Amino acid sequence: MAKRSAPEVNAGSMADIAFLLLIFFLVTTTIETDSGISRKLPPWQPEDVEPPVIKQRNIFTVLVNSNNQLLVEDEEMELSELQEAAVEFLDNGGGTGDEACSFCQGAKDPSSSVNPRKAIISLVNNRGTEYGTYIAVQNELVAAYNQLRDREAQRMYGMTFTKMEKDYNDPNFNGDKDALKEKIDVITDMIPQKLSEAEPSS
Amino acid sequence: MSKFKKKKSGDLPAISTASLPDIVFMLLFFFMVATVMRQNTLMIENKLPYADQVEKLDKKDLIMYIYAGKPSKRYQAQYGTEARIQLNDKFASVEEIQQFIYSERESKREELIPYLTTALKVDRETNMGLVSDIKQELRKAEALKINYTTVVGDAQQNVE
Repeated sequence: MAKRSAPEVNAGSMADIAFLLLIFFLVTTTIETDSGISRKLPPWQPEDVEPPVIKQRNIFTVLVNSNNQLLVEDEEMELSELQEAAVEFLDNGGGTGDEACSFCQGAKDPSSSVNPRKAIISLVNNRGTEYGTYIAVQNELVAAYNQLRDREAQRMYGMTFTKMEKDYNDPNFNGDKDALKEKIDVITDMIPQKLSEAEPSS
Repeated sequence: MSKFKKKKSGDLPAISTASLPDIVFMLLFFFMVATVMRQNTLMIENKLPYADQVEKLDKKDLIMYIYAGKPSKRYQAQYGTEARIQLNDKFASVEEIQQFIYSERESKREELIPYLTTALKVDRETNMGLVSDIKQELRKAEALKINYTTVVGDAQQNVE
């Protein structure tokens, strides 16, 4: 019998299989980007610098102890209430004359802050505090600022602040970025994020 | 006369698929290059806390990572269960952070240095004492832009 040649394997579908795999990986892969809460640390200062004097009514103290309990303005508080309390403090607008706040909707309590520009939130934590709790507190305070900024941006420009920031950071956004930046600056000037952190007590 | 006999053109000529594998390879290479692999092998437990007021961190080459947390199971016999700092594949002490920041800065182009951000990837059960030590060191090294890396989720989950 004559020598039989081996049958040729058809490799034409190889590319299809490779495509299939490629598409599968394309769909399942997410190019991960990290996200988190951004903060700016105060620069290192020598010990002997006098801190500026700030009126007590403009300071909102948040203490977190080593059992992860919150003490806000000398009262115990649950984490879920913190955002509301912070908004109330920032939005109080008890100032008069130069310090008056034209847009605040708060109670104008004379013992609370005069103006969001002046209001400072001071966060003090213990060395034993859990990092998770600390982040949760930070998150609530940032949420309070964002809530106010959103409200004002909505009132002035008909668009929330978070949306404005998102558009500004979006490279595919084809609107007027300079105008947007200006609006963002106006809002951040009206309601600056003043979060001060003391060194932890032991 | 058979010289000019036309070929029977009954069936269509097959489209050559010989270049298909090349195209696939090209795509494959693209994805290989574009995908960022995890740079450091974690030697610690790293359950990040939850937060929902987050900002995205892009430009991966401008980020310095500092990890902290309890040593993971296989290192616990050697290093104990006390939370530690990890820089570039190995455990480090608090004092080494400044050196780490300076060496990271050295490796970057000069005009990019002001944009460098430090990402703190800290396990959510770590004590704040360690985190504030890290922050003090960063202040001394003038690396003031930091980012607490978190997982997107409800912050209430942190305290439970």
